Amino acid sequence: MRELNQRSAPLYEALEKFRKMRVVPFDVPGHKRGRGNPELVDLLGEKCVGLDVNSMKPLDDLCHPSSVIREAEALAAQAFGAANCFFMVGGTTSAVQSMILSVCKEGDKIIMPRNVHKSVINALILNGAVPVYVNPEVDNRLGIALGMEPEKLKKAVEDNPDAKAVLVNNPTYYGICSDMRSIVNIAHSHGMKVLADEAHGTHFSFNENLPVSAMEAGADMAAVSMHKSGGSLTQSSLLLLGDSMNVDYVRQIINLTQTTSASYLLMSSLDISRRNLALKGEQAFSRVMEMAEYARGEINGIGDYYAYGKELINGTSVFDFDVTKLAIYTRDIGLAGIEVYDLLRDEYNIQIEFGDISNILAYISIGDRLQDIERLVGALYDLKRLYKRDKAGMLSAEYVAPKVAVPPRKAFYSDKISLPLKEAEGKICTEFVMCYPPGIPILAPGELITKDIIEYITYAKAKGCSMQGTEDFEVERLNVLK
Amino acid sequence: MEMWFSDVHTPNIKLNIRVKKQLFSERSDIQQVDVFDSEDLGKFISLDGEVVFSERDEFIYDEMVAHVPMAVHPDVKNVLVIGGGDGGVAKELCRYPEIERIDVVEEDEMFVYVSRKFFPETAAGLEDKRVNLYIQDGLKFIRGKVGEYDLIINDSTDPFGPTEGLFTKEFYGSCFRALNDTGVMVYQHGSPFYAEDEEECRKMHRKVFRCFPVSKVYQAHIPTCSSGYWLFGFASKKYHPLKDFNAAKWKERGIPTRYYTTNLHMGAFMLPKYVEDILLAAEKDR
Repeated sequence: MRELNQRSAPLYEALEKFRKMRVVPFDVPGHKRGRGNPELVDLLGEKCVGLDVNSMKPLDDLCHPSSVIREAEALAAQAFGAANCFFMVGGTTSAVQSMILSVCKEGDKIIMPRNVHKSVINALILNGAVPVYVNPEVDNRLGIALGMEPEKLKKAVEDNPDAKAVLVNNPTYYGICSDMRSIVNIAHSHGMKVLADEAHGTHFSFNENLPVSAMEAGADMAAVSMHKSGGSLTQSSLLLLGDSMNVDYVRQIINLTQTTSASYLLMSSLDISRRNLALKGEQAFSRVMEMAEYARGEINGIGDYYAYGKELINGTSVFDFDVTKLAIYTRDIGLAGIEVYDLLRDEYNIQIEFGDISNILAYISIGDRLQDIERLVGALYDLKRLYKRDKAGMLSAEYVAPKVAVPPRKAFYSDKISLPLKEAEGKICTEFVMCYPPGIPILAPGELITKDIIEYITYAKAKGCSMQGTEDFEVERLNVLK
Repeated sequence: MEMWFSDVHTPNIKLNIRVKKQLFSERSDIQQVDVFDSEDLGKFISLDGEVVFSERDEFIYDEMVAHVPMAVHPDVKNVLVIGGGDGGVAKELCRYPEIERIDVVEEDEMFVYVSRKFFPETAAGLEDKRVNLYIQDGLKFIRGKVGEYDLIINDSTDPFGPTEGLFTKEFYGSCFRALNDTGVMVYQHGSPFYAEDEEECRKMHRKVFRCFPVSKVYQAHIPTCSSGYWLFGFASKKYHPLKDFNAAKWKERGIPTRYYTTNLHMGAFMLPKYVEDILLAAEKDR
């Protein structure tokens, strides 16, 4: 392999070279550089469709990389301070699931907070590992779950010395970071691996004023959403490995479920984005932080909105805060976050990342311009003027702590019956219920259905949250254990 | 040598202007700024490749956005001009002695620079003692202002470029708040003729109509704009542009003009049927 140079982008360069070769295709994809699908060419452009090719010798093979993909992965590993890196084409979901499948087998325990993305619990259904939840502290005003506290982790580790791994969000969707270094110390001193869901923390590796990245803190694996803050195409992602991991075994695990026709559009976008991050990330994220902090100040200046930031830091459940996350508490204008989310889109032509019961999240990134920030701030200002109302009767809690009765896989595959939501109290749920986004389950398979949870689901539906996860498309019935 | 500047009006239609000389070309933080000299339009400025201002026809814009509201509102003291960095609107406003303050907000300092350098006569409007020039984003400037102005003139012309924020619901809402109880807002309403422009025109009227009790549209012929036909909006909390129009009082002032007359004031609000239809449809669209 050539010496690593972050200025190069081997996969991208190989594709450029390949394009100029004008090879006659008698392989898949069958659209043959778009000629068989002119409408698609109209939509995506000739260049884009022309690069939608299959793996072949000059372009390497994601399932068994030996040349340009291998080099591109090595460069990404170096850029992120990891020992090894895998390009992932099934979203960060596939990276998260590969992490879990790599360290746990059926019946193995894995310690994690409950406010995880659904992909984590899905992995437990696939392989039968058993979650041990460390209940996160909840900020009662904002209604959001906070980080993993080392003291609570210590207790969980001592109570479950046979657990194989600890999974942690770095950060949460809302930007809350846990004390990664302490978590790594505690887990490693008990022989457990540390897996980080770093879907919302791609940028951490590229600016020293951001919270510590999982790799830097010594974690064993991290799932990184390059397509979120990293700038690559939707669905492309990275799986990072520390030097404690057996890279060839992890590749076998990935290949259990990964496509054998990986998209070169996705992979080349990872390669180019990695180069950008390595060369220009520091400066780019300084600007993103500046913009987010500016917006935060302006929004807090409007009054009645609360755009929270580093003042939340308390040394334990909020060890650090990712200032690029612009989360705004909206209940003081009498509107649920999801209502503000809908108004911004319908009335102001502004699409934000998500709205939940009490908050909205505007995603600020390397693609933003100050004039767009002004539009968001102006819209929030006008929205308050026109739509503010009494906040009586609003539900507050975003996070309802679950009561786990049965492991997820057992619950999911057991005999079940379908009941109307209202009659399900006291039963054990066998499926997910969540708002998407953010995709953090309200109920996961194996959890007790309580009055609070039914009330929450009913309220969230009435406010217009997009509920999903249940077999019943309208989420009016729940599958419960027979 | 032949050098032609193309002002693209639609993907299929453009206006070509023979250029004598390019006088200025630089990229500001916000946009590409160019100044040309031409045979028939005189000097003109283009922003991101679109003509926004020419020596030959700028008086039409300036007169139509300044004199129409001034002949309706009986007592204007505080005025805000957004995007008026060339000084042309301020220059017309300065003809009214009762105006005490004219705040001009321009986002791009380079635009002010080239206006002063190449169009000193127009930019003279910025030098009046009553004029305060702010280099700032218009949306930001107006946010948080409450009941301060009698008249707001939005002189930004392009709902697609860097000034798109000045054609949004939040901007019109902020203007409503920044005006006092009898305040008037006048704004560039685009051209209704070509499909893409028409769509924007329709959306603009829908937003303003839902925001202000009085919302009327008037017209002018401006050669360098798309299709040569241009609309302005008159939005107000109290005054009606025709019912409260005081022609006699305005004539007494003896202000010299080249486009605006009190007769034309009445006529400008008499719109072609297809434009009336666009506006009516926008009003019905809830």
